[in-house]
Amino acid sequence: MPGIRAGVLTSVFAMTVFGISALERAEADSATTAQGLAAWEQVYSVLIHPRCINCHTATSYPQQGDDRRRHVANVVRGRGGRGVPGLNCASCHQETNADSTGVPGGHNWHLAPLSMRWQDVNDQPLSSAAVCRAVTDRSKNHNLDGPGLLKHHEEEALVKWAWDPGRRPDGTMRTPPPMTHEQFVAATRRWVEAGTPCPPGR
Amino acid sequence: MATYQITVNGKRREVTTDPSTPLLWVLREDLKMTGTKFGCGVSACGACTVHLAGVAARSCVIPISHVGDRPIVTIEGIGQDSIGRVVQAAWVDTDVVQCGYCQSGQIMAAVALLKHTPKPTDQNIDESMGGNICRCATYTRIREAIKNAAAQIRKGDA
Repeated sequence: MPGIRAGVLTSVFAMTVFGISALERAEADSATTAQGLAAWEQVYSVLIHPRCINCHTATSYPQQGDDRRRHVANVVRGRGGRGVPGLNCASCHQETNADSTGVPGGHNWHLAPLSMRWQDVNDQPLSSAAVCRAVTDRSKNHNLDGPGLLKHHEEEALVKWAWDPGRRPDGTMRTPPPMTHEQFVAATRRWVEAGTPCPPGR
Repeated sequence: MATYQITVNGKRREVTTDPSTPLLWVLREDLKMTGTKFGCGVSACGACTVHLAGVAARSCVIPISHVGDRPIVTIEGIGQDSIGRVVQAAWVDTDVVQCGYCQSGQIMAAVALLKHTPKPTDQNIDESMGGNICRCATYTRIREAIKNAAAQIRKGDA
């Protein structure tokens, strides 16, 4: 009998403890999701900055400038997002910025694929929820999971270019995104650690 | 100032210039190869088009320090290329040129197109040549010459 009594007490104790823990865990998860969503909004503010979104178009052409105007010289997307023979991205954009001529450059300069468009066909940025869904859809994002997205934001040359965008043809500096690259990576990490939550809505 | 060894139309050349100098000015001023033209200076017109490692490139915006060891082909050398030779002949046969200022860039872009697209459609031509501006508006003859050249190349003349 003492053994049975001890078992019952243990079970009651365990239920109580684990019951509280489950509640706490749910609250903690909720807080983590909220923090993750807040971090995502920081990430989103960078993704829709002209240095990033100008090459994430939904159209057949890239954009340029802070006003996101259509790229000069009738440049078109072409196969693989690298322009067409006679007018490739590499016709002007080299491995690094050309500050003396005002042409930006970076390794493997190209448009993001249409699956990673962050604008509509009228060149308006998609909503936070829509961009988040696209970015986290592994059928669209080169099969990147959370850590893969973090690595992309941390190491990809064209992502990092946004914080070293060089000079405009008039000699002034191009505008960088609204936070440092370190802050962007930190926000991405918080979002990934929260499970890459996306806001509701369209 | 810095000294660069570059290969232009198959020949090694040495130039000493400021690293920020656009390739166009190295060709025209240092090497006296004036077939490549200055049009807009901001890569918007295509008059300065050369081939850089086989890619049509706007030489007015590419600093010499960015060229590296990539071979350069200009309008003066494109006739040494089998497709380039056919395109130049098509340009003459079709009487494309009016004032001629933009035509070296037009030919360089057209050769780049035909090297990758042996049977170009009107859309291919529009997309590849759309950034090469002709103030005389010889566009219809450019299109005709490209199609004539493509036909000649398919017949084995290149």
